[in-house]
Amino acid sequence: MQHGKNRFIVGFLAAPLALYALFVIWPFIQSIYYSFTDWTGLSPEFGMVGFDNYSRMLDDEIFWKSLQHSLTFAVVLPLVTVGLALFFAFMLNVGGRRRRGAAIAGVRGSSFYKIVYFFPQVLSIVIVALLFQFAYNPNSGAINSALKLVGLGSIQPDWLGDPDLALICVMVVLVWSTVGFFVVLFSAGMASIPRDFYEAALLDGANRFTTFFKITLPLLWDTVQSGWIYMGILALGAESFAVVQIMTVGPNGGGPDYSTIVMPLYVYQKAFRDGQAAYATTIGVALLLVTLAFAALVMKVGRRERLEF
Amino acid sequence: MGSTSAHTNEGGLGRRDLIKRSAAIGLISVPTMGFLSACASSSGDSNEKVEKGTKSEKNPLGVNEGAALDFVLFDGGFGQQYAKDAITIYEKNYPKAKVKFTPTQKITTVLQPRFNGGNPPDLIDNSGAEQMDMGVLVGQKQLADLTALLDAPSIDDPKKTVRDTLRPGIVEMGQFDGAPVWVLYYAYTVYGVWYSQKLLDSLDAKYPETWDEMLAVCEKAKKKGIAGWTYAGKHPYYLPFSLYPMIGKVGGREVLDAIDNLEPKAWEHPAVKACFEAYYELQRKGYILKGTPGLDHIQSQTAWTENKALFIPNGSWVENEAAKTMPADFDLAVSAPTGLDASDKMPFGTMWASGGEPFIVPAKAANAEGGMEQLRIMLSEASSKNFTQSVKSLSAFNGGTDGIELTPGLKSGVAALQKAGQNVVNPRLQDWYVALQKEKIGVACIGEMMAGRATPAETIKKIQKFADEAAKDPNIKHYKHQ
Repeated sequence: MQHGKNRFIVGFLAAPLALYALFVIWPFIQSIYYSFTDWTGLSPEFGMVGFDNYSRMLDDEIFWKSLQHSLTFAVVLPLVTVGLALFFAFMLNVGGRRRRGAAIAGVRGSSFYKIVYFFPQVLSIVIVALLFQFAYNPNSGAINSALKLVGLGSIQPDWLGDPDLALICVMVVLVWSTVGFFVVLFSAGMASIPRDFYEAALLDGANRFTTFFKITLPLLWDTVQSGWIYMGILALGAESFAVVQIMTVGPNGGGPDYSTIVMPLYVYQKAFRDGQAAYATTIGVALLLVTLAFAALVMKVGRRERLEF
Repeated sequence: MGSTSAHTNEGGLGRRDLIKRSAAIGLISVPTMGFLSACASSSGDSNEKVEKGTKSEKNPLGVNEGAALDFVLFDGGFGQQYAKDAITIYEKNYPKAKVKFTPTQKITTVLQPRFNGGNPPDLIDNSGAEQMDMGVLVGQKQLADLTALLDAPSIDDPKKTVRDTLRPGIVEMGQFDGAPVWVLYYAYTVYGVWYSQKLLDSLDAKYPETWDEMLAVCEKAKKKGIAGWTYAGKHPYYLPFSLYPMIGKVGGREVLDAIDNLEPKAWEHPAVKACFEAYYELQRKGYILKGTPGLDHIQSQTAWTENKALFIPNGSWVENEAAKTMPADFDLAVSAPTGLDASDKMPFGTMWASGGEPFIVPAKAANAEGGMEQLRIMLSEASSKNFTQSVKSLSAFNGGTDGIELTPGLKSGVAALQKAGQNVVNPRLQDWYVALQKEKIGVACIGEMMAGRATPAETIKKIQKFADEAAKDPNIKHYKHQ
C-alpha cells in the first residue's frame, strides 16, 4: 500500500495547498514584511524602518501587560475548560450508578445535560458576551441581584469595573461558552472506548476514580491533546478578543487600568484606532510566536506512548 | 476495534498524523494575523477624478452636474434621516447626479480599506466609536482643504459666505496646523452637568455654583436615598465633559491650553489638583451611585433617568440617546460645571461647547466638489432647522432655532450658551490625542480615581507621565493651540 502513496497525497492536496499558500502563508509573509515599515493603514504610502517597531514593542508597557494576560488565558483556560469537560463527559457516559443489564451508564438524565452543556455553543460569542455584560451589571445585573436575593446584599462587587476581578470575569464567560463543545467531543471519544475494558475493571472492583485515570483518560489522550491546543488557540485569538472588546471597560475594551487587555485586542487598537498598522503587525508577529510556542509545547509535553487496542 | 488506531503499522505518515498536523497549522495561523493583511496596501488603483463643472451663481463650487456622489454617514445618535433629507435637495438641484448613500456604524471597517486603496468616498461623517484618527488622516495628507466651501456664498444669502454663517469656533476646530480647514463639524455639542430640574426642585434646591453648595446638594439628596452623581463608569472619559471646563474656570484658559499642548508639568497646576480633589471628595463621601464604575454610558444614563442619581456629566446628545427611558416630565436641564469658590479665574457659566459630527472630504475623492456642495446644502438654514428639530441638537449653523419649538434639554442648552457668552472653552485632547484622552487619562487614571482606587495626587502623577510619553512619542502627530 505504500507504493505511490506520496504521489497520491500530493496530487490530492495540490489545490488546497495552493489556496492555503495564497490566503494563509502569503498574508503571514506580508505581515512580517509590514512589521518592518511605518505603514499607517490609512494610506498606501510607507517606508522601511528596520527594527524600530520591535524595539518599540519591547519598551511598551502595555504590550507586556497584554502578553501577560494572553499567556494567563492560554494556561488557565485550557486547564479549566478541558478539565471540566472531561469531568462532565465522564459523568455523562461512565460515571452513573450501574443499572441492570448495562456495564456502564451515565448519570440519570445525561442526555438532557448534554443538550444543556452544548447549548451555549449555538450562540455567537458576541451574544454570549453581551448577555454576560448585562449579568455583570453591578446595579441591576443578574449576579448581584442573586447575591441580594440570598441575603448577601453586602457583597456587591463591580465585576467588570474592578481591575482585580475583570480578567477572571472574562475567563469565566469563555469557559461557560466553550465547555459544552468539549463535553460533546470527549463524549464521542469515550463512546469509542470498548465496553469490555470497563466491565473488566468493574469486575476487578475499580471505583470511578480508577476507571477514569486508568482507562478513560489514557484512551482519550489524543482527543484531549487536540482539544487542549484548540482551546489554547481560541484563548489566545479570536474568542478572547471578542469577549474583552465587548464586555470590558474602556473605549475599545481593555479593562480598568489595562487589566484585561489581550494581544489580539492590542493589535486591533493599534491598527484600527491609532492608525499604526505597521506596529500592529509587529504585535501580530509576537502573537504568532506565542501561539506557535504554545502549540509546540503542548505537543511536546503531551506526547505519550500510543495505546493500541 | 480500530476506531482510534488509524495509522499504518509500517510507519510513515498515517491519516491521523496528517490530519493532526495540518489542523494544528491551520488553527494556529487563522486567528493571528491573516485578517490584518487582508487590508494590506493595494497601492495604485486610485480614483479617477471627475471633471469639474462650470461655476455659476447657482453652482459656486463648480460641481459636475452629472457626476455621482458617494456619501458615507455615521449612523449613530443622530440617525440618518437628516442626511437623507439633504440628499433629496442635492438630487433636486442636480437631477442628473446619482447619490450613493451608505449609513454605517462601522466607519473604520468600511472606510479604512477604501482610503488604503486610494478610492475613498466623496463625503464622510467620521464619527462614533470607530472614528478614524483625524490627526493621522491629516498627517498622511488624506483630506481635502475645505476652504473653498467656506468661502463660497451661503445658500440662504449669496452676500454671506458659508464661513459667516457658522458658530464661533467651528472653523478653528477644523484646522490642525495653519490655514487649511480639514474638518467641518456639523453638530454643535454642549457639554456639562445634566440633571432633572424636577428632581432638583423636589429637593428644594437650585443648581450649585460653588463646590460647598455642590456637596450640600449631594448630602441633601443622599438623605433621600438618591446618589449625587453617576457617570459612564466603563467610559470614564465622559467625566472630563464637566471636569475640564471646571479646571478652566478655576485656573483660567491657559491651564487647559497647556494641557492640550502637552506642556511639561501642565497637569501639576494647582487648579487641576483642586478640581481633582473636589471630584474625589464626591467619591469619598459616598455621593456617587453605587456600582457606577461597572456601568456603561447607557446603563448609567438609565439609572439617572430613573432618578437614582441627580447629576451626570454628558453632552447634548444625551437628550436623544436617553429619550427611551426618560420620563415625559423629567424636565431635562444642563448647567455649566460648578466651580470651587469666588476666587475662580472665570465666572460661573464657563462651559465646554464645541463642534460634533466631523464631516470630511478625502483628498483622493473622485467628486470632492460634490461632497462640499452637499455640505453647503446641509449648512443652509432650512436643513439646519430640520436637523435641530429631528435630533434635538444644535448645528454648526449659527442661529436657526427661531420659530421651532425646542425640547427642554435643547432650550436649556441654548440658555446655558447664552449665559456663557465668550466664556466657552474647547479642550482639544479628545480629538487631537484619542488614545491618550480616552484610554490613558480617562479609563486608566480618572476612572480609577473616581472608583476610589487611586488618590488625586497619584492620578495626576500618572496622567503627567502619560502626557509626557505622548509628547515624546514620534508615532503621534503633535498639535498646538495657535
